[in-house]
Amino acid sequence: MRQRSLVILTSVLATGALTLTACGSRDDSGDKSNSGSSTTFTIGVDAPLSGENSTTGLGIQYGVQVAVDDANKNNWVPGVKFKVEALDDKAQPATGQQNATKLVGDKNVVGAVGPLNSGVAQSMQQVFASANMVEISPSNTNPELTQGKNWQTAKKRPYKTYFRTATTDELQGSFAADYAYNGLKKKKAFVVDDKQTYGAGLAKIFAEKFKGLGGTVVQTDHVNTGDKDFGSLVTKIKNSGADLLYYGGQYDESSLITKQLKGAGVKIPLFGGDGMYATTYIDVAGAAAAGDLVTSVGVPVDTLPAAKQFIETYKAKGYKGDYGAYGGYSYDAATAIIKAVKAVKDANGGKVPSDINDLRSKVVDEVQKSDFQGITGKVSFDQYGDTGNKQLTVYQVENGEWKAVKTGTAS
Amino acid sequence: MNTLPQQLANGLLLGSMYGLIAIGYTMVYGIVQLINFAHGEIFMTGAFGALTVYLYILPDGTPMAAAVPLMLVGGAIVSVLIAVGAERFAYRPLRGAPRLAPLITAIGLSLALQEAVRNFYPNADKALAFPGLDTTHDIGSITIKDADIFLIVSAIICMSALAWFVRKSRTGRAMQATAQDPDTAQLMGIDTNRIIVIAFAIGGFFAAVAALAFGLKYGSIDYRMGFLMGLKAFTAAVLGGIGNIYGAMLGGVVLGIAETLASAYINNIPGMQQLGGQSWANVWAFVLLILVLLFRPQGLLGERVADRA
Repeated sequence: MRQRSLVILTSVLATGALTLTACGSRDDSGDKSNSGSSTTFTIGVDAPLSGENSTTGLGIQYGVQVAVDDANKNNWVPGVKFKVEALDDKAQPATGQQNATKLVGDKNVVGAVGPLNSGVAQSMQQVFASANMVEISPSNTNPELTQGKNWQTAKKRPYKTYFRTATTDELQGSFAADYAYNGLKKKKAFVVDDKQTYGAGLAKIFAEKFKGLGGTVVQTDHVNTGDKDFGSLVTKIKNSGADLLYYGGQYDESSLITKQLKGAGVKIPLFGGDGMYATTYIDVAGAAAAGDLVTSVGVPVDTLPAAKQFIETYKAKGYKGDYGAYGGYSYDAATAIIKAVKAVKDANGGKVPSDINDLRSKVVDEVQKSDFQGITGKVSFDQYGDTGNKQLTVYQVENGEWKAVKTGTAS
Repeated sequence: MNTLPQQLANGLLLGSMYGLIAIGYTMVYGIVQLINFAHGEIFMTGAFGALTVYLYILPDGTPMAAAVPLMLVGGAIVSVLIAVGAERFAYRPLRGAPRLAPLITAIGLSLALQEAVRNFYPNADKALAFPGLDTTHDIGSITIKDADIFLIVSAIICMSALAWFVRKSRTGRAMQATAQDPDTAQLMGIDTNRIIVIAFAIGGFFAAVAALAFGLKYGSIDYRMGFLMGLKAFTAAVLGGIGNIYGAMLGGVVLGIAETLASAYINNIPGMQQLGGQSWANVWAFVLLILVLLFRPQGLLGERVADRA
């Protein structure tokens, strides 16, 4: 008897389990069969969403979110809906690479926006290239990413799947040097960087251009990311007689440096790149930030008539983060991917290719051909994947806010 | 301009902060032979405790002179509670377990505290501004801030009080006895569990003092600030001779000065430009540690403890 009841119990359990699994698989296939009328594709986002740089990182995530919402609401691609999957890379190359692998492995992802940091991008490019999936960074500015290691002498594009809507440090560093020397009339610069791909690259370009214009680089130094005490560095700067401190790196360290610098009675401005262009810089540095400067890519989003609606939506939704630096560029990056999907669909007789690999590689080709009016200006890419929009702006801290002081096109 | 006095002052200040944190490592190690790797996070939570008092409890516009003592109280309550709680719930159940178990627990606790602050403290996923004491004073060729004075004065007071406490008070002597031989101390009627709790509490309090000084001096705190400071303080404790409270302070000051001087002057030595500057400061600090340990494995002030090896 006992044996028999055991058999019954087992078979009941087995039947139950099978039914459940069947239910599960039916749900799955239900999703797919629905996709005939309305397919949902995912646009991946990779940015630092926590910790260092997260203010700007969240601006990227929600910039993409606004674009995707607009696409869904206005039916940009008929029959296709989009959603966002945002992954946190914590500004670390290894995490970025894991995220890239995850996005590539997800068969619903058509393309990715991000990352924020050039150093992280280096670790992700290869992953996206092997999967033939498009990656558009709204903020990477290191020239090597698009123009190869020897970009100064022989430009060669390393990955054809990588694009960016931000312009490069080559232009940004030169623009800063030009403003420092000709605009601010500074002659002696102390140059510091954080040894990261972005910071060191930018500082080097600045120093070369500044010397080229006739200025002097009195000394250079490097800091570690995560450092808090810059007492020794500040004393050196004080003693060097520099009239400008140029910093290549992020706001996490530079906001502390400027605070300790002014605290030691050294009233010279700190000049940095777009990595410092965030409200957190002013929040942390407080009054010490007054007069500090940054260059950032593009023109201020607030002044662009086309971006007015974007900013309203962003604020109305109460999204976190700072859209000021890259929100608009993230919006345009996501739009480029969405428009590419539409172009692929139209070219394919109104049907989205069913093979995701086929779709991804066609999207890469279409992104390359992008040519439309985005909210930050004209969106197009040159043969290296660099943006055609080469505008830059110098911002200065005035009454606790970043104010645009000069906009121009880099030459 | 001769920068040496200023650089020495920078180093001394940084070192005092290392020393204050190092006390927590060294006292706990001296008594239970546990390296409490969560101590850096106890330091971090102290800073958040102090900031909470400033932001959410004190009315706006409280003068800093009145705010600082209250912030210290707030920070100390948080740090001491967490330190004692960690002892009670994470380390005590593992007492007598192999050494590796509490060590791994400490590392886990450290991550748990970091993530707890990041997730549950408002806006703590990025750096938070901390009210500073930024008025500067020029003494000869040295410029120091009010926050620096707070740091150095509180370090001196704390250390003197601790030295008196350990040497003269009844509990302090019980502490020495427990450090020497816990089993015999227990046989002599000392409640060793209580002594261990007190050691954790003192470590927590010192960490809170250092955390407040950190906030006032640098004007910004974040949830990861404990990691590097904890590591440096641990290094200071080893450098000075772990288990020895004077060693912790001396080790801190030596480490701070070494880092600062290395960062300031090494690149002036011909042929060494590439090895100097701020980014190499840590390297030189650890070179110093290795050298000291090569010639004095017990640390600068450490005693040889044959029976414990």
